[in-house]
Amino acid sequence: MIVGAISRISGPVVLSEGMRGSRMYDVVKVGTQQLNGEIIRLDRDQAVIQVYEDTTGLQVGEHVSNTGLPLSVELGPGLLSSIYDGIQRPLPLLAEKSGSFISRGISVPGISHEKRWRFSPRVKTGVRVSGGDVIGTAHEYHLEHRIMVPPFVSGMVRDIYEGEFTIDEPVCILEDGRQITMMQTWPVRKGRPYQRKMDPDTLLVTGQRVFDTLFPVTKGGTAMIPGGFGTGKTVAEQTLAKWSDTQIVVYIGCGERGNEMTDVLTEFPELLDPKTKLPLIQRTVLIANTSNMPVAAREASIYTGITIAEYYRDMGYDVALMADSTSRWGEALREVSGRLEEMPGEEGYPAYLATRLAAFYERAGRVVCLGSDERKGSVTVVGAVSPPGGDFSEPITQNTLRIAGTFWALDTSLAYRRHFPSVNWIKSYSLYLDQIQDWYTASGFSDWKELRARAMYLLQKEVELQEIVQLVGPDALPESEKAILEITRMIREDFLQQSAYHDIDSFCSLEKQYWMLKVILFFYDRLNQSMGKGISLSKILKLPVKAEIGRMKELTEIEKIKDLVDQIDGSLGSLEVER
Amino acid sequence: MIRVPLFTKEARAINYVSGPLIFIQNVKGVSYGEIVRIILPTGEERTGQVLDISKDIAVTQVYEGTSGIDNKETRVRFTGEPPKVKVSIEMLGRIFNGIGKPRDGGPEIIEESNLDINGMPINPSARDKPADFIQTGMSTIDGLNTLVRGQKLPIFSGAGLPANKLAAQIARQARVLGEEEKFAVIFVAMGITYKEASFFMRDFEKTGALERVVFFMNLADDPTIERIATPRCALTAAEFLAYEHDLHVLVILTDMINYCEALREISTAREEVPGRRGYPGYMYTDLASIYERAGRVKGRKGSITQIPILTMPDDDITHPVPDLTGYITEGQIVLSRDLFRRGADPPIDSLPCLSRLMNLGIGPGKTREDHRNVADQLYASYAYGRDLRRLVAIVGEEALTELDKRYLKFADEFERHFITQGDENRSIERTLEIAWQLFTLLPEEELKRIKREFIQKYHPAAQKGM
Repeated sequence: MIVGAISRISGPVVLSEGMRGSRMYDVVKVGTQQLNGEIIRLDRDQAVIQVYEDTTGLQVGEHVSNTGLPLSVELGPGLLSSIYDGIQRPLPLLAEKSGSFISRGISVPGISHEKRWRFSPRVKTGVRVSGGDVIGTAHEYHLEHRIMVPPFVSGMVRDIYEGEFTIDEPVCILEDGRQITMMQTWPVRKGRPYQRKMDPDTLLVTGQRVFDTLFPVTKGGTAMIPGGFGTGKTVAEQTLAKWSDTQIVVYIGCGERGNEMTDVLTEFPELLDPKTKLPLIQRTVLIANTSNMPVAAREASIYTGITIAEYYRDMGYDVALMADSTSRWGEALREVSGRLEEMPGEEGYPAYLATRLAAFYERAGRVVCLGSDERKGSVTVVGAVSPPGGDFSEPITQNTLRIAGTFWALDTSLAYRRHFPSVNWIKSYSLYLDQIQDWYTASGFSDWKELRARAMYLLQKEVELQEIVQLVGPDALPESEKAILEITRMIREDFLQQSAYHDIDSFCSLEKQYWMLKVILFFYDRLNQSMGKGISLSKILKLPVKAEIGRMKELTEIEKIKDLVDQIDGSLGSLEVER
Repeated sequence: MIRVPLFTKEARAINYVSGPLIFIQNVKGVSYGEIVRIILPTGEERTGQVLDISKDIAVTQVYEGTSGIDNKETRVRFTGEPPKVKVSIEMLGRIFNGIGKPRDGGPEIIEESNLDINGMPINPSARDKPADFIQTGMSTIDGLNTLVRGQKLPIFSGAGLPANKLAAQIARQARVLGEEEKFAVIFVAMGITYKEASFFMRDFEKTGALERVVFFMNLADDPTIERIATPRCALTAAEFLAYEHDLHVLVILTDMINYCEALREISTAREEVPGRRGYPGYMYTDLASIYERAGRVKGRKGSITQIPILTMPDDDITHPVPDLTGYITEGQIVLSRDLFRRGADPPIDSLPCLSRLMNLGIGPGKTREDHRNVADQLYASYAYGRDLRRLVAIVGEEALTELDKRYLKFADEFERHFITQGDENRSIERTLEIAWQLFTLLPEEELKRIKREFIQKYHPAAQKGM
């Protein structure tokens, strides 16, 4: 084992001498308190180490010992419903050891090594297995946790057992004597291997109208949510974590507020997954590295998160990963880079920021997993971005824009008037529209694309009309254009606005979304028809059916929404008859 | 943890002094972040903290400033300890300087504990969810941006706007409904003038709250660098009072912009790569280490609620200090010059205001069932009315539709009756009552954000009909 001595300390960065022979990204134990650190630069005899814990009290000359292992996570049954810090230390265990406040130098395993899991084999002795093959299953809550042969391992099964085991006990022994346990370890900075990537063509249903209908993201896609403070990034991320139709959700609180994590921790056990009707926490892995916890661990937290996500993907599941916020991760990168006295790029961020961001987002995707059964799994990444001053021209937003497939631009002025989710429909876009069309058709919404295009056209038209109104006042517009303004107001208020806290409206099924939009657009068509017959707009707007449209959100039965089509037809028809 | 040395290391080896920093040469066994005593040739003693150590140089920042320090005679003594502050329940009613020494002429306090001012991060899984509604008596806060125990809610002010008056009024009126619990206020002055500090002191005196208040004062003419330690000392005392003595502590920090200036000063002296507007790149993390110390901890009775005040330079909310603060705190209360000129008192501009924890503190059993809906409706209607004002400026009021005219009236009345309240201490019921009165200005079908049952139950027109 290589043992060196500290020669310089500057915040979270420590320089150590006598480290020749160390590898990049090896984990080291620093000082007498055995603080966790990671080598991020090698220079002759010296190693530069970023320390995951507060360095106060360290002295020049204290020992640094190299563990010889890269920063890794433990993967196996027991991950679900856990809450970890940035380097996969379970926070409840830390609290047990050091009380309500996090002290230093504590090492605890990521998943329980004592708990016994029931292992049921899937293969028989004498079968040839290789990396990624499922050899058996264990039940983690409702989820079938598939125990896989670790990547790059293969051989003939000599023995396979059935029964209750801890994650350290072998459940399978290969011909060459190699033991397979229910646990794998994997270095976080390296993506887990898969056979091949596939095109993303399935919608990630989020239950949010502005996302699913207007700016969809696919399973295995990437999305970014930038927005100034108070625009609802965190609420959006949490809403996605609650309602996304994936089997697993990994939620990374990266440099954000402690109270928000508490919120997730208390809320998720109570909320039920709309599909399985089981508590949401049972499908969730939380990683909480709040803003006052050490910076270097914040840098590591998103890698820890995505490695866990990839592990479940490899089992053939759909995983959604929420990172809130990638800007804080970028800032951690900047802080460490500044301490290293590297040449700064834009706004003090290191020049390799774009590369690192791209490398992270590219770990998302829909893949054919390793293993002979051609399982398919996906990791969808949704990253929040917190641009300083809400200015989207800053480096993190701009670099993420180049990679992300869906762009949900949150808007401060919408948030000020409490239009939530405050997604700006003019600035946002989704690059998955074409790929996803077939999926929509197959799901029975064949005219989705036309509906969407019409809604977007009207909203765009509204912007133009508003400019005119600003100059000459609303009375100067012709009736037909006034009608457009009324309809877009309906689209905005009765369709796009969705309360994350409303007991019914917080999740809106795809079918309901579809019919809501269809009703509004039908109203527009029918209104034009009536106006063509000489009915005045103001008369139509006084109809009680308009208020009914405004209450669609609160309805649970889709039939009632469908009925509105007839009601609109009826009441406009009777107006025409009156005339 | 930190080893207590059997002997103290003393050296006469300062070789470089720049701004608030001194560079000490050839010292062994110095630990990162430890406190250094600096003894000037005159015998004066100052305090410093180690910021960076390499084999032969220890970079130290001097809290009281470097004037008078020479690089020949000045001696330095390493204490081997991180910066600490003595805390005790007896601190209540006392005045301390920026690093926790009494400055009211009274005796030193008898310490119950001597704590590291940097504290330790609260384990997120040990945090308790904030849930208690604090009635501040201010309609714009209680009604629209509710404060709850354990929250950090800053006031963004501008030069000349009455943020202090608002903060004092909140401190005076704040209470949790249905409870008579022990509370304390910790008032942290950073770089403000004596006049501002004495305003608070007089206000507390007037209401007889003085013996529940601890003052930490680093005034405008006190050393800048001391300001780095001031909020940390105060919050350490707050944590002690909250978690050891079960007090509900309200911490008022003013003015955060001065704190950040001090941070920038040190960063520049250390020749670090600057971030936006010369502020250091780690300012987010640094501010978080202050703001995140608000909260509640499972198994302990007390709580810490923070109200930081900061003056936005040139009323610019995108300036790095308000911007980063807004990203860390759980909402913000924003004062507006425009409303101030129109005579609103307090001049709170409710549109950019936000309380992220509002939903945890309102609703049936806490405030009232219609609270959320009423707040949403007030926001939506007022925002629309404000938009119309701009339109009126161009096309005149005659061009508006009948409905829009009503919205315009609503916005005016909202500012006149809901926002403006002067010294009145309003109960939450009173606040909601005013809101429902305002809703009578609008047609009932415009109240889309409110559930029908609440309209039937609370709308003045509906009630009369009954």
